[in-house]
Amino acid sequence: MPFDRRRFLIASGVTGGLAAATTAGVVSYRELHHSAAQEPLAGGGVLVVVTLYGGNDGLNMVIPVEDPAYRAARGELAYSAEQALPLTDGFALHPAMTGLRKLWDDRRLAIIRGVGYPKPDHSHFRSMAIWQTASPGTTSTTGWLGRWLDAQARTSTGGTPGPGIWSAPAGSSIPGSAAALRAVSVGPTLAPLVVGATTAAAAVPTGPFAAPGGAIGQESRQLYRPDPADGPLAARVASSGADLFTVAGTLGPVLANETDQDQGPAGQLDAGGGDDTAATPPAASTASPSASAAPTGPTGPTAAKAGALGAQLDVVAACIRAGVPTRAYSVNLGGFDTHIMEKATQAKLLGELDAALTRFQAAVGGDPHGTAVTTVVYSEFGRRVAANANDGTDHGTAAPVLVLGTGVRGGFHGDAPSLTNLDDGDLRFTTDFRSIYATLLERVLGTEAGVVLGSKERFPRLAFL
Amino acid sequence: MAGVDAIGRFPTCPVCGAAYPSPTPARQRLDCLTVLEHGGHGTLTVRWDGLSMATARSDIAFLHRRAGFGASPAQLDAAVAGGYDAAVDALVGVGARADADPEPPPTFAPLPRLADVRTDPQARSTYAQMVRQQGTELTGWWVRRMVASADPFTEKLTFFWHGHFATSITKVRVAQAMLAQNEIFRRSGNGPFDALTLAVARDPAMLAWLDAGQNRKEHPNENFSRELMELFTLGIGNYTETDVREAARAFTGWRVDASRTGFQLAAKQHDDGTKTVLGKTGDLGGEDVIALVTHQPASARWVCARLFSRFAAPVEPDANPAADAMLTAYGSALDAGAAVAAMLRSPAFLASRGKLVAQPVEYVVTTLRALGLRVTPAADGSADASAGAGGGGGAGTDVAAGSGALPQRAVLAALAGLGQVPFQPPSVGGWPENAAWLTTASTQVRTRFATAAAAAANLASIADEPAAGRPDAVAHLLSLDGWTARTREAMTGAGGNPARLVALALLSPEYLTV
Repeated sequence: MPFDRRRFLIASGVTGGLAAATTAGVVSYRELHHSAAQEPLAGGGVLVVVTLYGGNDGLNMVIPVEDPAYRAARGELAYSAEQALPLTDGFALHPAMTGLRKLWDDRRLAIIRGVGYPKPDHSHFRSMAIWQTASPGTTSTTGWLGRWLDAQARTSTGGTPGPGIWSAPAGSSIPGSAAALRAVSVGPTLAPLVVGATTAAAAVPTGPFAAPGGAIGQESRQLYRPDPADGPLAARVASSGADLFTVAGTLGPVLANETDQDQGPAGQLDAGGGDDTAATPPAASTASPSASAAPTGPTGPTAAKAGALGAQLDVVAACIRAGVPTRAYSVNLGGFDTHIMEKATQAKLLGELDAALTRFQAAVGGDPHGTAVTTVVYSEFGRRVAANANDGTDHGTAAPVLVLGTGVRGGFHGDAPSLTNLDDGDLRFTTDFRSIYATLLERVLGTEAGVVLGSKERFPRLAFL
Repeated sequence: MAGVDAIGRFPTCPVCGAAYPSPTPARQRLDCLTVLEHGGHGTLTVRWDGLSMATARSDIAFLHRRAGFGASPAQLDAAVAGGYDAAVDALVGVGARADADPEPPPTFAPLPRLADVRTDPQARSTYAQMVRQQGTELTGWWVRRMVASADPFTEKLTFFWHGHFATSITKVRVAQAMLAQNEIFRRSGNGPFDALTLAVARDPAMLAWLDAGQNRKEHPNENFSRELMELFTLGIGNYTETDVREAARAFTGWRVDASRTGFQLAAKQHDDGTKTVLGKTGDLGGEDVIALVTHQPASARWVCARLFSRFAAPVEPDANPAADAMLTAYGSALDAGAAVAAMLRSPAFLASRGKLVAQPVEYVVTTLRALGLRVTPAADGSADASAGAGGGGGAGTDVAAGSGALPQRAVLAALAGLGQVPFQPPSVGGWPENAAWLTTASTQVRTRFATAAAAAANLASIADEPAAGRPDAVAHLLSLDGWTARTREAMTGAGGNPARLVALALLSPEYLTV
């Protein structure tokens, strides 16, 4: 049955520790705009993190078509070498992933095999928390990119660090913070991975994004100035309200050019993700897939084919092309919990993933800012090696992670797990996911990985970048 | 600032310096003080209320924001004379007196069996549409009920349990099952916690949500067993992995029955061997495990801390400032309702002002009630669920000024945009709290909602005031103490326009934090 695939909010109410989250630093809109124009994305690249909720079946995405153990374990669920799209080493891509296959040929797609972590957890909730906090075995509630944001705030170049948050002269600028733009999560809610102890990414919807205009807009700007009488939470309301003007001031014009849909966040209920009602479009996708104007030109797949994830990545592409000073983006796609009738569901989802990524790569690949973009795709776990009795698969462990981008060293990285030397029916991981994070932190975000993963971390860096 | 002047422990009266009578009855109004708690040996925890009626009014307004969905000015007028304790009694005691049910629950056509629709694309499409429509109908019903109910405390407590035993229709899919679970929370939420937990555990929604069907003797599934201990009853650190595994065996064979509305034990799938859970060994069944875990001392601390965290201020189980009073009330009967009442009467509760951000459901329902707005269900049932997708943006466009109502789809769209749709918690961990609700995207949605709500409301009570007095009139309407200098200044821009003043008030830090 499907895990609730999208609304994995900041942190659960039970484990949440976000009360302290505040923003740091004040910059004016003019300064921000200036930085976007003069020094966009200074100091390194842009990271786009694609989270696949539900546990994507890695074995049927990067398929060991020539391994007899695969056929034996999967039976009817198996794809043959003829059906799948050949790679190398006896592996093939899922038939729906034609666009990624082309990126592979162009050496822009890296596939890291057998990615997981010690003592794998089969709970969606906990395994996703482990991936997003990068802190297995702890109760940490900060996301790995959230800790990166926290570190950025401490060494801020865009504003006053620390508690001098409202130090700007009254009336000189719109209250807001540079931190508000360092990371952007597309969708109404924040994924835990972009929430730190003191900082969080801005949440941007896929619909039109603008700060309130007219009279209410002017008055709101006043309303979200600090007041000495505000308690900590009231101050947080004010600062997050002010952030809307900062973020919308920068991103609003960008997104207005990219979309013509008249849609707010989705209000309809979803029938239930990627199970047998998979024909239903994902609920929180917030955009009518047909409505957004294609930013990609003639080479990319249509917005309709790219679906909900495509709508999110359209927002990211628009921001990157406009040179906004955002370094990390979080987007997601859900419905991968394929306990029953997996083939049809996964084919649809991987087709959407493929179209969305291809469309995105086409949109940013030719852009001067786009050369610095690296996209990583992961899920909380793979599926068990053996199919179950319902033409599906149950929660498993290690799975491949995809990394794509112009600067990526394409091909396979990491060893493929054995299909016969199993751990109670599950794959044994060969690469710790924190090796990927460490590599991305250092080579895309230009940050010492220890700041995020702990100063004692010794995860081997990988060669995909 | 109105409100509590001081809370503290004083050996003598901080007003007159006199020693307290001994023994001093707890919670008695002295000449100059309201005694909140007798500290013993002549030491009292007191609220120095300065004989201020404004303070009493402010406290009771706070009580209603936290334990209900806000009080109207008229309700506060009526409650102030009786004092805070009587207001608590009145609020939590409504359930026993409520007569008319303003929003009886919907009835749902049975869904076809999945097995029957699996192979037929047309039937699957119809099935999916039914699931969606019934889900929208269910959600709309609960929101309307929260807005209309004369017993807001019970709805608030129901909402608490919904977040505690967080179950989502996105997986369960069957609206009827979600409704049945909701009725358990409403019916049993203020009673013994062991009975509540057992009822929830055997109910089809939870059975489906945490994969009871996959928990078989030969292949135990630990999903329910783990969440039972980690989230529902004990909290991390109060059980071991072995306890989880052993308890999972006790729940093997728990199933939804053939009617799909009840519980059955599939004997062939049930492991009736010897298990050891939390030190107790025997042929434990699921009922035994639930009795065992809910009666652990750690469970009482956990449940009381969760209640305090949601109604007062986020706390860890070992740092609950109202623990003594709550645990005493909870007692060996595990009386959750008594624990809540004790919490509401505790000094720590009144000291928790400003420590919670209104959750979106609280925010929306409280606003609709304060402005006297009805929620109008879709005229043609829920068939326009997809049209609601645009409602986050459309809420302001199709509402007649002063119409006294908002369309249901606009309300549900606002909730979706704010990230909290009833019956769709993000995970079994429930909803986040406080800063999590304060995102840039939510500010945008909130602004649209507030503008639409203010436009739809009848604001004669504001318009009747002279322009200079209107900000205070808005504070009175929303049962707030008043405004910061910042907010007052922002309001001057509205030039006395009632709808704009109200919209700003609904967006203010003063209103969003409780």
